[in-house]
Amino acid sequence: MDLIELGECVTSLSCVVTQMAAGLTIGMLLFLVASGLTLIFGVLGLVNFAHGSLYMMGAYFALAAYGPTGSFVLAVVAGVLGAALLGLFFERFLLSRIYGQDVLMQLLVCYAVILILDDAVKIIWGADFRNMGVPDEFRHPPFIIGGGIVPYFYAILFGITALIAVVLAWGMGRTRFGRIVRAAAINPGMVGALGINTTVIYAAVFAIGAGLAGAAGALSAPIRSVVPGAGVSILIESFIVTVIGGMGSIGGALAASLILGLTRSFGSIGFPLFVEGAMFLIMALVLILRPSGLGGRRG
Amino acid sequence: MGFRGDAALALGALALFLGLEFAGLRSPALVDFAIRFATFGLLALSLNLLIGSAGLVSFGHAAYFGMGAYSFGLLMQTGAWSIPAAIIVAIAATALLALAVGALCVRLSEIYFAFLTLAFQMLLHSLILSWIGLTGGDQGLMGGIPKPAFLGIDLARQDHLAGFSIACLVFSAVALRQIIRSPFGAALRMLRDNPDRAAFVGLSVFRYRLAAFVIAGSFAGLSGVLMSLYVSGAFPSFAFWAQSGEVIFMIMLGGVTVFLGPLVGTAIFLLLNDWITALTEHHGLFLGAILLVIVLGFRKGLLDFAVEHWRARKGTTP
Repeated sequence: MDLIELGECVTSLSCVVTQMAAGLTIGMLLFLVASGLTLIFGVLGLVNFAHGSLYMMGAYFALAAYGPTGSFVLAVVAGVLGAALLGLFFERFLLSRIYGQDVLMQLLVCYAVILILDDAVKIIWGADFRNMGVPDEFRHPPFIIGGGIVPYFYAILFGITALIAVVLAWGMGRTRFGRIVRAAAINPGMVGALGINTTVIYAAVFAIGAGLAGAAGALSAPIRSVVPGAGVSILIESFIVTVIGGMGSIGGALAASLILGLTRSFGSIGFPLFVEGAMFLIMALVLILRPSGLGGRRG
Repeated sequence: MGFRGDAALALGALALFLGLEFAGLRSPALVDFAIRFATFGLLALSLNLLIGSAGLVSFGHAAYFGMGAYSFGLLMQTGAWSIPAAIIVAIAATALLALAVGALCVRLSEIYFAFLTLAFQMLLHSLILSWIGLTGGDQGLMGGIPKPAFLGIDLARQDHLAGFSIACLVFSAVALRQIIRSPFGAALRMLRDNPDRAAFVGLSVFRYRLAAFVIAGSFAGLSGVLMSLYVSGAFPSFAFWAQSGEVIFMIMLGGVTVFLGPLVGTAIFLLLNDWITALTEHHGLFLGAILLVIVLGFRKGLLDFAVEHWRARKGTTP
């Protein structure tokens, strides 16, 4: 425990800025994954245990596109579209067969898909660690704010993820499609009776959720190593986010993701071995004090 | 068939196994399989108390498997403990862990329950990985586990260990069967089928579910002890999520409604796994595909399917 070091950090502006930049960026990437998970749960009533695998596939699709083209934009697009298509396939051909059945079935189908995807990745791209590296066009000197270092690429990532979050909030809150999705989450029977094809809505929501996970995977490919099985840790963190933020709540997921991101960045200074423990502690506290989560509906 | 019938059947099975083993039928492969079957069979049976009887789908059951293995291994490595005493303390430690996690999780709805049990399991896994001084980190508990003989049983010998493991499995199975048949077990089934009604007639949903969670965790702890005896160590993979997935897979192969279903599933899984591992290194691909066929094709465990089919042919309903 280096709580003294943490104390020193919190009192110095430069350290706070550096850690805030890292924490908020990590938090925003986590938000992309968790918001997809919570969106799918809110509308389809299904916990996608294979969501982490979609994140991993996003990263691999991005790597595959970045190799020949060298364009980070194309890599991210490939990651998003690839994961969304895979999600669509997964929902249409596997998950749609077990709607309305118990959690055990959902769990088993997702477990099978995780096993298959992890092995498929090993066969196609090999079992070794891979890293995209920060693309050349983003290799600029970092911003210095108040003596703290904000890496150029982190600022870009934060901007992109914030933009996605705004588009997501606007899409869910202000568009016709968003209203239909929110209505389907509350009363799918009524939505269907009004002449709206809920099957299409379900598939679209799953594809969007998968695309968000793929986006997170693709965007973090330059700063994290890409390896088979990489999805599990981000899946667990997304679970913690949904518990803290409340199932089905996008706003809650945003707050919880940023809390966890900051816990990770500041915790790595103060209590590096207990970072994960601290996240669980926050989750346990929320569970005890407010079981429906920060943004969740009561009951 | 009551307790006596069960006990007679169980003792018969045990005597048959021990008799066969000591009559000379002890090829290393068979002894090895018996140990693994007993270990994972016990784990699957304990999880089915939660899934089959209580309707609680835990995706973090391997946490207690890992906890049993590590606490037993650490106790034995101090050199101050006899095997029976260490087993009892390891089970108690596992029960405590299950009590703490269960107290947080059993109040939650089905879906929350499944992923929170998974999340706490991954917390234990990351603790094992990061607390290198105690657990050896990702290398696992190295240096072997001393196995002093007790009551003429020398667990360093594989054939003795096989007999001991099968005996543990048989006694645990009888105990679990009694628990499921008791009023407590009936209450669990009622909570599974209609929790509101059970709460209305005055059952404490929380207490019953927590008790089931702790009991299942304790038996999983015993299974972890057997595992650490078998491999003479303990590894972080015991507490990894994939281990929990495997156990649920075993239960699914066998079936959740028949008491011995998980044991059938365990045997099928082990044979399948050995066969696929010998055939290809990409066994996840094959196991996943087989699982999808069973889940989406049969929609239930093989034994569940067989029993239902048989009942339908006889034209009787239970």
